[in-house]
Amino acid sequence: MLIKTKNSWDLTENDVTSESSYLSRRDFVKAAGIATVGGAASILSPELAFAEPALSAKSNPYDGRDLRGEQTVIEAVRGYNNFYEFGMNKDDPARNAHTLKPEPWSVVVDGHCENKGKYALEDLIDFNNLEERIYRMRCVEAWSMVIPWVGVPLSSIIEKLSPTSDAKYIYFETLVDVEQMPGQRRGIIKWPYREGLRMDEAMNPLTIMAVGLYGEKLANQNGAPLRLVVPWKYGFKGIKSIVKISFVENEPNSSWMRLAANEYGFYANVNPNVSHPRWSQAKERRIGDFSRRPTLMFNGYGEQVSHLYEGMDLRRFY
Amino acid sequence: MLRKFIRPLLHIACAAPAIWLIYQNWLWLNFLPHELTANPIEYNTDFTGDWTIRFLLITLTVTPLAKLTKWRLLKYRRALGLYAFLYGLLHFLNYMVLDYFFDWALIIEDIFKRPAITFGMLAFTLLIPLAVTSFKFMVKKLGKNWQKLHRAIYVITICAVIHNYMMVKADVLIPVIHAMILTSLLGYRVYLNYNKRKIRLKKQTA
Repeated sequence: MLIKTKNSWDLTENDVTSESSYLSRRDFVKAAGIATVGGAASILSPELAFAEPALSAKSNPYDGRDLRGEQTVIEAVRGYNNFYEFGMNKDDPARNAHTLKPEPWSVVVDGHCENKGKYALEDLIDFNNLEERIYRMRCVEAWSMVIPWVGVPLSSIIEKLSPTSDAKYIYFETLVDVEQMPGQRRGIIKWPYREGLRMDEAMNPLTIMAVGLYGEKLANQNGAPLRLVVPWKYGFKGIKSIVKISFVENEPNSSWMRLAANEYGFYANVNPNVSHPRWSQAKERRIGDFSRRPTLMFNGYGEQVSHLYEGMDLRRFY
Repeated sequence: MLRKFIRPLLHIACAAPAIWLIYQNWLWLNFLPHELTANPIEYNTDFTGDWTIRFLLITLTVTPLAKLTKWRLLKYRRALGLYAFLYGLLHFLNYMVLDYFFDWALIIEDIFKRPAITFGMLAFTLLIPLAVTSFKFMVKKLGKNWQKLHRAIYVITICAVIHNYMMVKADVLIPVIHAMILTSLLGYRVYLNYNKRKIRLKKQTA
């Protein structure tokens, strides 16, 4: 048996690591242990493994590779957020969201589906099949970004849950917990934040459930650990930190519809021709740009989604 | 002795937010780290709008405060009103130049189709003649009409607070606080007028 005597100049880990970071490292190792059991090796590091879109012709037509050069700087994506659960100002979420604990996380699934239940995040999202999607993000406030999301198609989750034919809409809720989300102390919105999609919108290949961006796990202020991304709709449809998914028969009331139904509709498709009652939607300011650029119909995704709204009056169904 | 410093100190305090904002914009336009978030133009809009309303309300507070405390404050009222105009002007220029860059089609649509902008524009437009006539020689020249004209400050502040309330997306707390302060300031004047009339009536009947 080899017994190594310690020299005085041999530093232990404890000597170089502050106690608090040492303890948080222990939590991290513990969490990683759970994650490995769940089969998600990617949680071992904050970086997420995803299939780099191959340069071959057979790439995913939805990955948005052509937007690579337009990506918004990560400081803006992480520093400029609307997430009222952490405060009303754009820089509040980055400052306050550290209280959210995205690990471990579970999501309750109910309503018209066969596989109801409470799912651990790793059981809902297939971390071995993450994809990168570079999408435009158009906020209803007339600013926009281009964000390289990492996630899975929402359709892959829905298929796993097997909705019945009564499921016409999918409905989501954000976490309610004033300890983790101090902004919920004030009733700006009737918490939880709620959103929904029509089933065919949810199944569209563009719709994803994101778990990361810029190749890393979502920062808390971006909606960790999982959030919806629907790139042809205004940003507020992209509900964050989801804890509940329901399959429902009737059109759900979203939080913004409850707040001001005449200003925010269920569909909320990006549409330069339908103004918000208080400002024009014809143009937008891309974060980092000086002047405004014209807003594109369906945020530039008309080819993939316009068939969903054929025959609908988009002025009425805004 | 100390009195001598009141006016310069007042100017420093009133100009400080504007100087800070202009400095931050200079940093931003030179690609240096700044405090204006990732969307500096929106930050400018909120910042200058908030300070315009604050100075309008402060200006309206001077008279009641002077009456209640017997402090000699009226001599500062004009400067405070001019600061309201200065912040309003910055707010207007930010909207016209930085935000819409003279996109007249959108600006005209905004003014005529969106009541929130209509109220804001009305408030700013009415503030211009007050600023122009704030020089001493104008006060003398206009005589009694000067006071009549400057009563527009009540309409301006009401329009500004309505504009503020209508522009907010979800959290109306601050505009509601502004409206409450304005209501009490106007209420105090109504009360004074009512009292004056009562005294006058008493004198007549006596």
